[in-house]
Amino acid sequence: MASPWRILLLLVFVITLAVPFFNRAGPALFGFPFFYWYQIVAVPVSSLLIFIVFLAEDKAETTGERL
Amino acid sequence: MTYPVATIIFLALIAFVIILGFTAGRWKAADLHSIEEWGLGGRRFGTLISWFLIGGDVYTAYTFIAIPALMFGAGAIGFFAVPYTVVCYPILYLVFPKLWRVAQRHGFITGPEFVRGRYGNRWLALAIGVTGIFATMPYIALQLVGMQVVIGALGLPGHLPLIIAFVVLAAFTYTSGLRAPAMISIVKDLLIYLTVIVAIIVIPVELGGFGAIFAKIPPAKLLLAIPKAGSTGAYTGYATLALGSAMALFLYPHTTTGILSASGPRVIRRNAALLPAYTIMLGMLALLGFMAFASGVSAMPQFAAGFKHYGPSFAVPALVLNSFPAWFAGVAFGAIAIGALVPAAIMAIASANIFTRDIYKQFVATTSPATETQIAKLFSIVMILGAVAFILVIPLTYAVQLQLLGGMWIIQTFPAIAFSVFTRFFNGWALLCGWAVGIALATWLAYLNHFTVSTYPFHILGYTVPSYIAFATVLVNIVVAAALSLVLNAVASDKTSDITVAADYV
Repeated sequence: MASPWRILLLLVFVITLAVPFFNRAGPALFGFPFFYWYQIVAVPVSSLLIFIVFLAEDKAETTGERL
Repeated sequence: MTYPVATIIFLALIAFVIILGFTAGRWKAADLHSIEEWGLGGRRFGTLISWFLIGGDVYTAYTFIAIPALMFGAGAIGFFAVPYTVVCYPILYLVFPKLWRVAQRHGFITGPEFVRGRYGNRWLALAIGVTGIFATMPYIALQLVGMQVVIGALGLPGHLPLIIAFVVLAAFTYTSGLRAPAMISIVKDLLIYLTVIVAIIVIPVELGGFGAIFAKIPPAKLLLAIPKAGSTGAYTGYATLALGSAMALFLYPHTTTGILSASGPRVIRRNAALLPAYTIMLGMLALLGFMAFASGVSAMPQFAAGFKHYGPSFAVPALVLNSFPAWFAGVAFGAIAIGALVPAAIMAIASANIFTRDIYKQFVATTSPATETQIAKLFSIVMILGAVAFILVIPLTYAVQLQLLGGMWIIQTFPAIAFSVFTRFFNGWALLCGWAVGIALATWLAYLNHFTVSTYPFHILGYTVPSYIAFATVLVNIVVAAALSLVLNAVASDKTSDITVAADYV
């Protein structure tokens, strides 16, 4: 079940922990300094990356699991 | 009563969720004399309920008060909560569906039980179980503090409201088990989302927009300090705080319980992608700390007593009282207080599961399933009343310091739980030694910091590398466990004492 798609999970760590890259004030967006809006935007981006891995790896399970 | 309207709304919300808590026992009805039903909801919560329940586990009243307080007092470093509650989800995705599978196949209801099955070593399981209970106790106590701050902000007198709230909490936890916080978490989250959405629209309008809010924050608080030459400074401090907290998060008994109560691995994986929705809300909540700073509530005479008593923790309550009409302040405070009840209930249940399965049944006496559940129910009351006593007797700063220590302790169970779902390379005794070294080292470094700062400036090859103590010490733990495993596997292997098989994990 482990797949090459899991490289995207590694990407989540890279984009959210690249502190020297995002510790800056500009460019600002809607009044938010870069430090803040970058990290907030990183949340849905990470969510999407994890969801892509989920879809790629997901297979119907035989346990009759309810979602 | 200083704020009658807010207080009435607040009390009405609390009363509503208490009734919900007592009726929850009849939801998805089953035999609550079974510990899998009382303490794990029968492993049948689907994607949506799990989303609410795990959300209620992770994003607690303490978080809602403490993170904005950190932003208010210390600035940008407090925003580590956002990357923390992002990087925890790849870990959730990778590790915990496997733990769910093996737990379901063998009837495990706690993390330590899995470890005992995997290594046939009840002492290792005991160490992990006791770590969980010790890390959880101050965590419950801090949920009470979250509630205490809002009760204090409403001007309700003394400790009595808090004691009543937690006695009732103990009662519905006892009767309804995990179903109670699962049901209440839905109300809690709807109220929290409502509060946050209104707050990030209304307050910036009052203060002249986000640009104006950020403009009032001093430069030293707005961004992390640029590291000095020869040091990685706040950069590694920030990143290791996020990563170490994320590694520790799902090892807490209450989060493990939330995950194991899901109806299956797909629900967990799906939630790893859906739970970040809460993190966006948490990021907004963190910014309330800056909004409180920009609004100047700390200088307003009506809030002077609150700030004197609660310190920066009073920032959000003061902002709420200052910015919203009284009735909506009642809703917001109700949300925070209910945000204390949900995790406190799950924490008590999870600790009770560990006490019963990993301490009582292993070291005191074997029991029938009905007695087992009875013991767990009684221990959940002990945990809650213990936390109330804790907060009334011990100064608040100790609770905060113990919670800080708790995070550094619980992460030491990472190798035994997270690595063990992938590999049986490790030896049980080696893991126990690694755990002991990690706990001792973390406690000693925290002591050197006077239990107030969670990062420590390590010196590596002439560089100063400040790191979250939990993160640095778990690395030492892993090295010790791996090195000793190599030796012990050669001379005294325990590989035959594994009751699980490879097929249990897929």
